[in-house]
Order: sequence, then C-alpha cells, then structure tokens
Amino acid sequence: MKPDARRRSGRKATRRQFLKGALAAAVGGGLAGCDVTTREAFFHRRFKELSRAEKRDILERLERDYTEKYGSPFSVSADPAREGVLFAYALDLSRCVGCRRCVYACVRENNASRDPAVQWISVLELEKLKGVDIYDSNLYYSPEQVPREGHFYMPVACQQCRRPQCVTVCPVGATWQEPDGIVVVDYDWCIGCRYCMAACPYGARHFNWGAPHVDQEDMNRETHYLGNRPRYKGVVEKCTFCIQRVRRGRYPACVEICPVGARKFGNILDEKSEINYVIRNKRVFILKEEINTQPKFYYFYGI
Amino acid sequence: MPVGSQRRWTPGAWCRQRPWAGRGVVPPLACAVAVGLAFLSGPSCRPTLAEGTGPAESLATEAGRDREQQGHEQVGAVVPEWQRAAAGTAEEIEEFPVPPPPFSYGIFPCSDCHGDMEVDTKPRKLEDEHEEIVLHHGPRERWCFDCHNPGNRDVLRLASGKTIPFTESYLLCGQCHGPKFRDWRAGVHGKRTGRWDGRKEYLLCAHCHNPHAPRFPPLTPKPPPPRPENIH
Amino acid sequence: MQFYRFYLGSLKIVLKGNRVYWAWVGFLVLCIVVGTVGYLEQASGGLIVTHMRDPVSWGFYIGNFTFLVGVAAAAVILVIPAYLYQWKPIKEIVIFGELLAISAIVMCVLFVTVDIGRPDRVLHLVPVVGNLNFPSSLLAWDVLVLSLYGVLNFVIATHLLYCGFSRKAYHRAFVTPLVLFSIPAAVAIHTVTAFLYNGLPARPYWNSAILAPRFLASAFCSGPAIMIILLQFLRKYGGLDLKMDAIWKIAELMAYAMFINLFLFGAEVFREYYSGTHHLLFTEYLFTGIGEHNRLVPYAWLSIVLSVGAFVLFLVPATRKNLVTLNLGAIMIYGGVYIEKGIALVVPGFTPSVLGEIYEYSPSRVEVMVAVGVFGVGFLLFTFMAKVALRITQGEFHKDTHLGGPSRRTVEAEG
Repeated sequence: MKPDARRRSGRKATRRQFLKGALAAAVGGGLAGCDVTTREAFFHRRFKELSRAEKRDILERLERDYTEKYGSPFSVSADPAREGVLFAYALDLSRCVGCRRCVYACVRENNASRDPAVQWISVLELEKLKGVDIYDSNLYYSPEQVPREGHFYMPVACQQCRRPQCVTVCPVGATWQEPDGIVVVDYDWCIGCRYCMAACPYGARHFNWGAPHVDQEDMNRETHYLGNRPRYKGVVEKCTFCIQRVRRGRYPACVEICPVGARKFGNILDEKSEINYVIRNKRVFILKEEINTQPKFYYFYGI
Repeated sequence: MPVGSQRRWTPGAWCRQRPWAGRGVVPPLACAVAVGLAFLSGPSCRPTLAEGTGPAESLATEAGRDREQQGHEQVGAVVPEWQRAAAGTAEEIEEFPVPPPPFSYGIFPCSDCHGDMEVDTKPRKLEDEHEEIVLHHGPRERWCFDCHNPGNRDVLRLASGKTIPFTESYLLCGQCHGPKFRDWRAGVHGKRTGRWDGRKEYLLCAHCHNPHAPRFPPLTPKPPPPRPENIH
Repeated sequence: MQFYRFYLGSLKIVLKGNRVYWAWVGFLVLCIVVGTVGYLEQASGGLIVTHMRDPVSWGFYIGNFTFLVGVAAAAVILVIPAYLYQWKPIKEIVIFGELLAISAIVMCVLFVTVDIGRPDRVLHLVPVVGNLNFPSSLLAWDVLVLSLYGVLNFVIATHLLYCGFSRKAYHRAFVTPLVLFSIPAAVAIHTVTAFLYNGLPARPYWNSAILAPRFLASAFCSGPAIMIILLQFLRKYGGLDLKMDAIWKIAELMAYAMFINLFLFGAEVFREYYSGTHHLLFTEYLFTGIGEHNRLVPYAWLSIVLSVGAFVLFLVPATRKNLVTLNLGAIMIYGGVYIEKGIALVVPGFTPSVLGEIYEYSPSRVEVMVAVGVFGVGFLLFTFMAKVALRITQGEFHKDTHLGGPSRRTVEAEG
C-alpha cells in the first residue's frame, strides 16, 4: 500500500491514535505514579460504549487487581439488563419502624466506605401530625427504641426516576439509566463535579470526599461493575437497587434485612410481582411528584 | 416499554404509559372468614429480631445463593398464584414455603405432655404450666381452644372444625385477618425473601407476631449516620 | 519573526519594573504559593479537606466561579460604548476590559478545576476525546460558552495589541464581527451560568425565572466596579491616559444596573415572603437563620447594606462624580455582589438540603488558601497583560523599539 493510500484509509484511526498519543504524553507525567488500573482506566471509554471483548478485559483486569488488593478471589460481573424487566420498589410507611437495619445492610452489601461514612439510605423521622413534611424531618433520631410515639419513618434512597435529573445534568454522561430502569454511575468516567448531587431532589447521590475505606474482611466480593465494586476518591455513587443481586434474581439487601417486611421489590411489568400487586391494590404516592421525576420508588400505607 | 432515558426531553411521554393502568380489577376475594379466632395457648414464641439472626434473613441469603443457577427456569413457576388463590378457598391454596414454626425449645410435640392429660375446656387462669402466656389478642373472651385443638394438641383447629398443622397456621390467622392474609399471600404483608423472579420464601405470621400478643415489638435502632460536621 | 519579537518584548516588559511593581508581583506569587500548598493538600487528601459535604455539595469554589463569570461578562459594558458607539474615552481603555475578562475566565476555569473530584479526567469534557453531554447538561453549555468567550477575548485583545505593536490600524473586517459576537457571548456566559442553577427543580431557591436577569444585573455592577478601581491604579502606577469621562460613564451605567439588580432582588423577596411556602426556608436561612443555624445572617445583611449604600452613592451625581465616594461605592458594590454571588447564592440553595437537613457550611482553611491562589493567578495574569498593553497604548513598545538595558541578555539567553 502506498503511503498516501494508507494515510487516507487510516486517517480516522490515525487521528484517534494521535489524540491518544498526545493525551498519553500530556498526562504521562501525572499517571506515571499511578497503578496499572488507574492508568488503563484512563484510556477506556464509558462502560456502555465498550465492546464485549473490551468489557471482558476490563472485568478480568479488575478482578485480578481487587483479588491482589483484598486478598481472596473477587468477582466483578457485568450482568446486563433482562428483556421485559423494569425494576420498581415500594415501601410501606405504615410498617417501617425506623430501625435502620436497611442502612447498614446496604453499606455492607454495597461496599460503601465505612470511614468516611457513606450511606445510601437516609431514614427520616417524621411527625404523624404533620405528615410527609420533609423539611421538618429528623435524620439523626436516636431513641432507645423505635418507633417513637407520634412519629413515623421514611427511608429515602435513590428513587430510580424515569426522568432522572442527575442523568440530564451530568456533563460527561458518566451516569445513565439502564434498560431495566436502574440509574447507574460509571466510576471510571465520573469527573466528580457533583452537578448530579445538586440536581437530585432526593439526596440520593453521595460523593467520596475522601478515599473510601472498607476493611478487607468486610469486603463483599460478589460485585458488579456498575454497582458495588470498590470506588475511588472523588467520584459520585448511589443506590443501584443492588444491581449485582437483582440482575441475578435476588432481592436487594435492604428488602432481605427489613425486619418488618416494609420493603417490596420486583419487576413492575410482571403482573404476578409483589410490586405490581402493590400498585394495583394499594394507593401509592411518590416523593416530590411536582418535580416530575417520575420515580419507580413508591411509598404506600399497607394498613 | 421504553424506560425514558433516551427521551429525557419529552417529558410526559411516560405519563401516558403508566404501567398500572388498564390491567383489570382485582378478582373478588372470598377468603375473609368471619369467626373471631386466633392463636391462644401453645408455644411461647417471640420472634427473634436480633440483627442478622432473623430466620428469614439467613434463609434468604443461603437459599438465594443455592438457587442462583436454576433461577431462570423457575420464573413464574412457583410464584404464588395470588389471583387464583385469592378467589378460591383455603383448600385450593398451595402450600407456602415456610421455615419451621418458631416453637420454643422442647415444647413441641404438645402431645408429649398433653397426650394422656384430661381435657379441661373451662376458661381459667393457668397456674402450673404456660403461666407466662399473657393474652393481648382481641376480645377478652379469647381462650386457648379458639385456636388450639382440644383433642390432638399437635394441630390447630379452624372455625370450621377442620384441623391443620402448625406449619399452616396462616390459615387460622387468615380467618379473621382476611385483608392481611390476602396481602401476605401476594407477598406484600410481611417479610418476603427468596427470588423476585422465582421461588419466594415466606414466613408464618407467628415468626414476626407472637400469637398471644401479636403487636410488633419495638426495636433498638441502629446508630444514626455521622453528622457532616463530624466527617473528617 | 515579528510576532516572536512581540512575544520576547512582552516577556521583557513583564520582567522589568520598579519596586512597587515587584512588591505587587511578589505578593501575588506568595498568594499562588499559598494556593498551591492548599491544593496539594486537597489533591492528596481529597475534597474532604474542604467543608463541603453531601448536604452542601458545592461551596466557596463554585461561588467564586459564579462571581467571576459575572466579572468576565461585564467587559461587555465597555465593549458596547467602545465599538458600537465608537465613544473615544472608553475605546481607549476597552482593551483593559477585555484583558480583565480573559483573567476572569482563567480564574473561572481554575475554580471549576479545583472543585472537581477527578481533575485528571477533565478531558472527559472534551468532545470526541471525551464525552461532552451537550445539549442536555447545562454544565456542558457552560464549558462551551466559557471557552468560546475566553478565546474570543483572547483573540481580539491579542490582535489589537499586536496591531498596536506593529503600528498598524487593526483589521476592522476581522475585529468588528468578533466584537459583535462577543456581546451576546458575554450575555450568554452569565445566562448559561444562571441556568445551571436555575434549571434544577430540586433546588427551589435557584429555580426562579429571574435568576438569570439578576445575574446579569449584578454582574454589570460588580465587573465595572473592579474596572473602575483597576483603571485608577493603572493611571496612578502605569501612567494610563484615563479620561474621567470614561469613568463617569461607567459609573452611570452601573447605577442603572444596580437599580435593576435591587428591583429584581426586591421582587424575589416579595414573592418568597408574601407567599410563604416551604420554599421560603432557604431565604429565611439566609436573612434570619433557622433556629440556631444563622451563620450566614450577618453576611446577608452586610451585602444588602453595601449594595443599597453603593446604589445611593452612584445615584446621586455629586457623589458619583467625586472620586472618593465613587471609589468607596465601587468597593462597596464589589463587596456586596461578592457576598451575594460567592456565598448567598450557592450555600442557601443547599440549606436546608433536599431532605431537610441543615448543615452550616463555611469554607475551610484549604478552600480559602486555594481561592487566594486562584485570585493570585488571575491578578498576576492581568498585571502582566495590562503592563504590556499599557506600554503599547502609550506607544513605548512597538516593532521598532530597541529593548536595551541589561535584561536584553537575559532575553537573548532565553531565546
């Protein structure tokens, strides 16, 4: 092939390569001190744009790295969304007693940083007399026993909106809604600008202000790339309905732990699912409906 | 159904396709039986609610893992058929997968003690045995044999006179608590574990509610999150 | 070749100065060192060294960013009389407005950069290489209009200065369209920055249609206020030929802008307090505090006193045309708007949080250090550029100038 022809045919690729090369030169200095994971993560695209082979390579690399770092075998999956599944959640406000078991089950399951503490579920204590008045809620209640007289409790985590504001505002498309309705974050693409946190009406997004820390023996080794794999300093994270579990047919950790059975989860498109039953037979409400985020997280009064 | 992320700029598109609309009405429910009955004497069985040791929790995690592989074939197979069940009578209801009833240690079978005892049907204050049982369940006239079977003590007795094993005690509770029973069968009342796309794990009413005093006991909450001021 | 000489000559001008100049440069370098130390601390520990936390996830950095976008946009208040009306007194100084805009844009970019958690991934914002989420994200819009506006001003200013250096008239056909374009671009940067907040229904405090007009009005006060002070400095220390007519005109325009700013503010306050919805909480937090949480209250009232006081000073011709009261007013308006944008816009938007939590934010030591550093960079850049521009406008630096003196060797050695 003549040089000219080669140049023509490979121009696009060459430009890419050039850009990559230029990038490599530009950031080489800064990255020289980083480990291989960081270096390689720097160059791959957003997870949803990757080919199957690229994904496999990345997952294998991550498994190797994590296994090395955390001692015993680590699994990082990327189970895709299933056809005909749209996940939804319902929470029975007349049952919840505010015991916060879900908060800590979630932290354990999802490898959320213990120090500095990152918790995806906020349980609000509200006054029965005032109803759902979020601006008059108490996140830090700490009585001997719950429920407290005259109060009820409202756990809030990601509402998995159908019109997620956080996704709309992300300047780099590091967060998106999966076909099964779960809003996920690509921790390798997020630049940490926190615009999504300003945009979320539910305080569902959490930032790793410091380096996340989880003790080796507390690490959950069954992970999903878009879910509970170890996070980095300086990126945003959020509830994924336990994507690593639900994509395999299991219930989210908060559903399984809830001692009063207030939490209901399933495929809203399946008429036989609990969630579908709740929607049809109970009167539900969604949080801040006036914002029109259209959550797939419903609250109801089971009594 | 499109999820909507691709169509962020056309709000309201989703509004028009509410998934719960137009799905038909719940079939009439014929399961609420009228007679006022409930558990009375029998096993003293406060549910274990200590963190991480709840029966359903351990069940759920282990069972979930065991069945990880076969999950897909099970889709829809063992899901409680609440529609059919709700429309039918107790006899038609399939068995719900439940862990063993929460008997306190050594109390079952009841016939070990009661087998050769004479049956005294007269309401009275119990003094020799079961004196720790305090009834806080419905009207004052409630008495042991509203639920327990005077003859064979190892089974319970429905209002119809039919006896059932302790593992099906939900049928007994369901006689009074019809709407709860209906929700329970659908997986909506009470804790449900297992798989969202397959076999669910149920709990008996008595796993969470002491049949003699069914009000759910208060819990000690886990600690509140650290205040942002204290995160360093 | 000539451009190379321009470049070297500029470098030489920058490296030469009297004691006052070096004291000033030394002070700014010190600021930059302080900022660098702060940023290194932040880079190693993470943003946890700031006082931002989940309930208040933006703070001092983004407040400063917003303020400086206004300063950058305000160059337009010189550009319009200079180029559209060809008004000579302002045309002679418009270049300094453009240089200020460039410095402000650089500071904006720096403030955003220090705010993000993963600055190493900043290239994700670049189209093609990264994945700029345009047009969905207003932040993507902001990246685009800010870079566009920065480039525009840089090109215009460089061209004007280079033409001055070359002793040629500038190319009207080249400059005029760019200048015309920079006017809507200036409005755009501040409008888009306002929309960035404005478009979030989750934050009722910002979700008000008059936010963008308020931004513009306040920017047209604060930007010129800085300019009035800077121009007088340049006149005193750099021998700038400043016609007072220009200053009086700028001050008059500021008085109009202040009136609109105060009026819009009043309209907002009326709506909040008269309707008294839940959304009043944020305004209440700012002006009266909620319970024992009242850290912002003194600042809020100080801002109002400064703004209203400055408005009176600028409104009355006698005080507007008196340099002492004029400068006092300019400083007051600067202070008023700095509090309004830097503190009173961002923090109450997050307090109480979307779940009703009240976390009282105030910047940490590191945040203040980094901000000092960023301002140091901006002012140093402006000092250097303004110094070169002064020499060119005064006709002391042009293609035929011989750059004599001992530092010539330095320049050659570097070349």
